Amino acid sequence: MADEMKDMVLEYVVDEYVDEDDDIDVDFDTPLISSGIVDSFSMVSLKVFLEKKCKVSLPDKEATPEAFDSVNKICELVRKFQG
Amino acid sequence: MSNIGSYEERRKNFTWDIAKEVLNWGEEETLNIGAMCSDRICAQGKGDKKALLWQGFGGKKKEYTFNDLRLLSNGYAKFLQDLGVKPGEKVCIFMDKIPALYISFLGVLKMGAVAQPLFSAFGDESLEVRLFSADTKVIFTTRKHVKKVRKIQDRLPALEKIVVLEGDKSKLKGEEIYFDVEAAPVVEEFEVYKSGPESPSVLHYTSGTTGQPKGAQHAHASVWGQALTSSWVLDLKDDDIYWCTADPGWVTGTSYGIIGPWSLGITQCVLDSGFTSAAWYQFIQENKVSVWYSAPTAIRSLMRDGEELVRKYDLSSLRHLASVGEPLNAEAVIWSEKVYGLPFLDTFWQTETGSMMITNFPGMKIKPGSMGKPFPGIVAGILDLQTNEPVTEPGTVGLIAFRPGWPSMFREYVKKPDIYRSKFVGAADDAMPAELRVDESLWYVSGDRASFDKDGYYWFVGRDDDVINTGGHLVGPFEIESALVEHEAIAEAAAIGKPDEVNMEVVKVFVTLNPGFEPSDDLELNIMNFIRKRLSPLAMPQEIEYSKKLPKTRSGKILRRYLKALEWGQEVGDLSTLEDD
Repeated sequence: MADEMKDMVLEYVVDEYVDEDDDIDVDFDTPLISSGIVDSFSMVSLKVFLEKKCKVSLPDKEATPEAFDSVNKICELVRKFQG
Repeated sequence: MSNIGSYEERRKNFTWDIAKEVLNWGEEETLNIGAMCSDRICAQGKGDKKALLWQGFGGKKKEYTFNDLRLLSNGYAKFLQDLGVKPGEKVCIFMDKIPALYISFLGVLKMGAVAQPLFSAFGDESLEVRLFSADTKVIFTTRKHVKKVRKIQDRLPALEKIVVLEGDKSKLKGEEIYFDVEAAPVVEEFEVYKSGPESPSVLHYTSGTTGQPKGAQHAHASVWGQALTSSWVLDLKDDDIYWCTADPGWVTGTSYGIIGPWSLGITQCVLDSGFTSAAWYQFIQENKVSVWYSAPTAIRSLMRDGEELVRKYDLSSLRHLASVGEPLNAEAVIWSEKVYGLPFLDTFWQTETGSMMITNFPGMKIKPGSMGKPFPGIVAGILDLQTNEPVTEPGTVGLIAFRPGWPSMFREYVKKPDIYRSKFVGAADDAMPAELRVDESLWYVSGDRASFDKDGYYWFVGRDDDVINTGGHLVGPFEIESALVEHEAIAEAAAIGKPDEVNMEVVKVFVTLNPGFEPSDDLELNIMNFIRKRLSPLAMPQEIEYSKKLPKTRSGKILRRYLKALEWGQEVGDLSTLEDD
């Protein structure tokens, strides 16, 4: 289940934020916010994606750039609020 | 002692010529911002002084002296001249906050062209509208962003050259040109274009309620206002390390992220990496930042991350803080004084005004939540919402307005003289921009509402139109609505600003769907990402509400103000024009 979530988030990030000719390999630990792949304003659509697909509510206070900085960190955050 | 000294004394004895004294200006000198920020500082014997301390993603760092700025901007200027670019033609700079952005900006101005910086997160549609409107001849970009230019270049007849300044040269396509100024031969001498006060300099686009964004054209005389406000409001001194967090794709990033500080020979630093509170504090600590000019959205994000994080860093170098972009709430001012030992001083101005207009000053009593008082030399007023006459009673809400004539004022909206004229109360129907901008019997109306109190402090109330202020950036609802109806699922759309704790407002849209489409989570995400990629992350709706029908006037115009009033819990006002059900 955990791996499925990671795969789903990674696929979304690659589809939505990385262009084919960007020459960027994104894996579960690739920095997303601090590397500029996802800008802080675009984090919102990523948060909406997680809330809708993972049926979870992520408080704004917790959805920080640090918490969204890699697929692994994102999944850790989602699991925390999935109970 | 602050540079301004006594605010009251400065107001009594003010002329804009004081800016020339501050800059030690000689009347025989050429008024060219590009040279003033580089060659002129070197001529003052500060060539070896650090001008730019830059840090990018992954902790990558670079440093440039004022002599480096001089030589490298010469390189860009000569390159453009060799390309055949003529004075007055527009050169767009479309890239992240990398050194090439700052230095090429100076080079463009040095050879007499107009610098048109655009926010690098703009999508292809936002980029196209602005390049088309300006008849931009050349675009400076990077490998990372050139793909957006490729998508639209066929629809831009005036665009002659696409120049890539950074990235993998081998990935260029067609007639794209690669230019690495640091690898090119050094241009020791460059004959700077002899611009004058009215020569066009910088072009910034700003959004309105209706129509596409408008190009606010500035002139080289703007430097007087930008330098003097940098001295008196930001209180910049020769040994300061200054950090303006704004992106030069927006006016703060050029007026106070390039022109103001560098014309005064101040060292500034730039952080080009994603926002995290820890990274920002680390940057201040490492660079010993002493003056910090930021935005309420960032300050509120720092507040959210708390005081404990602040204590992990040595921020003792900070001596002066200021803020711009949207009103700074009282809580943020009080919080910053508590945790940094310094209040953020709010400053109010706009793309059109070019420099600060109403601000809090060093040494002045701060009333948290207030915009402060008019800058010396600025005649401000509050105009009655019905009559447009100046109000005299403290506490009366009206339109913030200014008597024309300050040096940084925009000179025109590109190709839109009627809209320019409409910004001036009392303007004759046939008045031209050059007359309007110096006619001190008129009022230039800002589009914001405020009141003043019995002590002369101004208090922001809100916008007077439907423009959305998100994170200090103005987004036009028309642009968003036009893009939304290009989505296959959407029949009609209305965009408004929705209150937000951190960003002041975020975009909310109301849509009706075309037959065959139903609301769903996937559709919502698809619409959000559609706007993010076409326009920008700022314009992306953070909430989508599906409706069977949107409220309209009897003539068929969507009533945005009705939707906004409902969202903000305000009186909906006169609904006599509302279409019957």
